[in-house]
Amino acid sequence: MSQKLSHTNGAGGDVMAIAVLLGVGALFALFVAARAVDPLMGAHAMVFLAAFALGGFALVTHVSSPSRGDDGGYELGVVKAGVFASMFWGIAGFLVGVIIASQLAFPELFYFEGAPWTNFGRLRPLHTSAVIFAFGGNVLIATSFYVVQRTSRARLAGGLAPWFVFWGYNLFIVIAATGYLMGVTQSKEYAEPEWYADLWLTIVWVVYLLVFLGTLWKRKEPHIYVANWFYLSFIVTIAMLHIVNNLSVPVALTGSKSYSLFAGVQDALTQWWYGHNAVGFFLTTGFLAIMYYFIPKRAERPVFSYRLSIVHFWSLIFIYIWAGPHHLHYTALPEWAQTLGMTFSIMLWMPSWGGMINGLMTLSGAWDKLRTDPVLRMMVVSVAFYGMSTFEGPLMSIRAVNALSHYTDWTIGHVHSGALGWVGYISFGALYCLVPWLWKRKSLYSNALVEWHFWISTIGIVLYITSMWVSGIMQGLMWRAYNEFGFLQFSFVETVEAMHPYYIIRATGGTLFLVGALIMAYNLWRTARGDVRTAERQLSPAPAAIPAE
Amino acid sequence: MDRHAFLEKNGLILTVAILITVAIGGLVEIAPLFYLESTIEEVDGVRPYSPLELAGRNVYVREGCYTCHSQQIRPLRDEVERYGHYSLAAESMYDHPFQWGSKRSGPDLARVGGKYSDEWHVQHMEDPRSLVPESIMPPYAFLGKRDLDFSQVEAWLKANRTVGVPYTDEMIENAESDLRAQVDPFSENYDAFIARYPKAQIRDFDGNARQITEMDALIAYMQILGTMVDFETYQAEENYR
Repeated sequence: MSQKLSHTNGAGGDVMAIAVLLGVGALFALFVAARAVDPLMGAHAMVFLAAFALGGFALVTHVSSPSRGDDGGYELGVVKAGVFASMFWGIAGFLVGVIIASQLAFPELFYFEGAPWTNFGRLRPLHTSAVIFAFGGNVLIATSFYVVQRTSRARLAGGLAPWFVFWGYNLFIVIAATGYLMGVTQSKEYAEPEWYADLWLTIVWVVYLLVFLGTLWKRKEPHIYVANWFYLSFIVTIAMLHIVNNLSVPVALTGSKSYSLFAGVQDALTQWWYGHNAVGFFLTTGFLAIMYYFIPKRAERPVFSYRLSIVHFWSLIFIYIWAGPHHLHYTALPEWAQTLGMTFSIMLWMPSWGGMINGLMTLSGAWDKLRTDPVLRMMVVSVAFYGMSTFEGPLMSIRAVNALSHYTDWTIGHVHSGALGWVGYISFGALYCLVPWLWKRKSLYSNALVEWHFWISTIGIVLYITSMWVSGIMQGLMWRAYNEFGFLQFSFVETVEAMHPYYIIRATGGTLFLVGALIMAYNLWRTARGDVRTAERQLSPAPAAIPAE
Repeated sequence: MDRHAFLEKNGLILTVAILITVAIGGLVEIAPLFYLESTIEEVDGVRPYSPLELAGRNVYVREGCYTCHSQQIRPLRDEVERYGHYSLAAESMYDHPFQWGSKRSGPDLARVGGKYSDEWHVQHMEDPRSLVPESIMPPYAFLGKRDLDFSQVEAWLKANRTVGVPYTDEMIENAESDLRAQVDPFSENYDAFIARYPKAQIRDFDGNARQITEMDALIAYMQILGTMVDFETYQAEENYR
C-alpha cells in the first residue's frame, strides 16, 4: 500500500473521450426521442438522454473539483461503488424471484388487473437478468477491478474509464429492466434486451476489456495471476457470445423492435451456445476467478496446485463452449449436434471437478478456520455446491436423463443449486472480504450475523433444490405415465396441480435466501460505517483480513 | 510449465489464445447448420406468417409466453400422443427468433392451432381459471381491450425479408390491407389474401368486430401454430438425419 502509483488527474484523454461519447450519445438519444416510432423507444431514449446528461454533469464536477483522494494509488472508489450496486441489485433480483415463485404457487394472489407488467412472463426475465447480470455482473466487475489491481500492483488503467464501465454497465441494466416491464424483449433467454441496449453494452464491454488489459499491461509483477486468466476469458468470451447471439435487424432505427438474424434451428443452437456459455463464462469462469483470489487470501494459503490451475483453465474453457446443444436434446436440432453437445458436457465434469479440487485443497492446513471464520466457510460451501451442480449438469445432459428432466422444474432446481449455492455464496464471501478491506476496517460488524446469514440461506437453498428435484422428476414421470389401458394417465393440468405444494416450499426457500441477503446488507452497511457489534468487540480477535502486498 | 509462463507474461497473446480456444466449439457445431442441407427437412406448406399472425407473434414474444410454454414436441411416445406429430425444423424456419422454449409450466403450444375454438381462447385469456380451475396462468384480459398497433406492419415484413423470410414485394405492399382482410370475412381482398397466405384463417377472432385488438392477432397466431405442414403427405423416412 505504501508505494505511490502514478496516475493523472484533471482533463486527460479519458475525460475528453468520455465527454465526446456522452455528447454524441445525448444528441443521438435526443434524435431518437423526437422521432420514436413506438412509445417504448421514446421512453428508453429519454432514459438514455437523462443518463448522458447526468454523466456530463458528473464529468464537469469531476474536472472542476480539486483532485480527489487516491486511496494510496489504487482506484478503489469504483470497487466500492460496485459493492454497493451488487448488494442493491442482489436484493432486487432475489425479491423478484420470490415474487414470481409466489405467482406460480398462488396465481390469484399475485395478479394485478390492468398491470400487465406484473405478469410472470415479464417478471421472469427481470429476475434472471437482475440476478445474473445486475448482481453477478456488478460483483464480477467490482472484484475484477480489485483483483487485477492488487495482483498487478498497478492502478486501474484509463483514468475515468473504469467509472464509465461501472455507470455504463448499470445504465444497461436499467434499460434492460425497464424494457422487460414495458414489454421490450427479443425473447432469447438471458439475452432479452433489444438491439440498442445490446449495442450500448458492446461499447461498455470493449472499454471494460481495454481497462483490464491496460491494467495488466502496467503490471509490476512478471506473471499474470491465475485469477486474471479467468477474468480475461470471461470478458473475451462474453463479448464473442453477446455479439453473435444478438445479431438482429431493427424494424426502424427509431423503434425498439428487431428481428433476430437467425431463424428456427440455427437460431436455437446459437441461442443455447450463448445461453449455456453465459453459465460457463459469466457464472463459472468469472466466479472461479473470485475463488482463485479470495479463498487463498482468506485462508492465507497458496493455491493448491499451479499445474492443476493451468490444466483446469484451458480444458474448462475449451470444453465448455461445446456444451450448448444439450439444451436441445430430442428437438429438431440434428442428432450429430446433440451428440457432440452431450459428449462434451460429460467431459466437462472433469475440468469442473479439477477446479473444485484446486479450490478446496487450497485449505490444506487451514481447515480449522472453517470453525472460526464463517466467511471462509461460506466460500468453501460455495465450492462444494459448484462440485455438486457440475456433477448434476453432465448427468442431466445425457440424452436419456434429459428426456425426463427437460422442460421440468429439475432444470430450475439445477440452475439454482449453481446460482444460489455457487455464484451466490462465492459472491457473498467476496463481498464480506472486500468491505472491511475497502473501508479499512479491522473486522466485520458482526461475525454472528454472518453465521445467521449462512444458516438461514443454506436452509433456503436446501428447501429450494430439494423441492425442485421432487416436483421436476415427478412432473417428468407424470407426463410419461400410462394407465392400464395404454392411455396417458394424466392430463397436463393434473401435473400442474401436483406441483402446488412444492411451489410453496420453493417460494419459502427463496424467501429465506432473501432474508439472508438482507441480514448481509445490514452487516456490510454497519461494517462500512466502522461499527463493531458490542457483544463481539472483545470476543473478536480481529481476523487477519488485511491483504498482504 | 515453462512454455505456459510465456502466456502468463504476455497479456495480448493470452487474450488471443483464449479467443481461439473458445471459438472452436461454436464454429464446429453451429456453422455446419447453415450449409448442411439435411438440417431442415423438405416439406410442403410452411409459409411466412401473415401480417396479422406476425403481429400476434410479436405480442406472444412481448408478453414472454416462451417463459412457460415450449413450441417443440419431442419424438417421444407420450409427447406425440399428447401434443401431436413431433416438431420439424422446417416448421420454425421462418421464426425470427425461434420460440422453442425451455420450460413447460404450461403445455406445449407447437400444435395448439385448431385445438380449441376462438371463443375458448378468448375466455381462457380473460380468465384462465374459469375454464381450467387448476391453471396457474395469469389472465391476459387487457389484450382484448387494446387496439393492435400495426403502423409498422410493412416495416415488420421488410425487416423479416432482410433476415431471410421470403416475403414478396406484393406481400409487403399489401401488408396493411392483408392484416385488415384477415379479420373481415367479407373483405374484397379475401381471394388475394388467401392466395398469398394459404391456410390462413379469416374471421373476427376475438368476437369484437368493431376493433382489431391484440387479442385478434394473438389468437390468429395461435390458431396457425403447427397447422402449416400436411402430415398426411409428409415422408418422415426421406428426412432421416
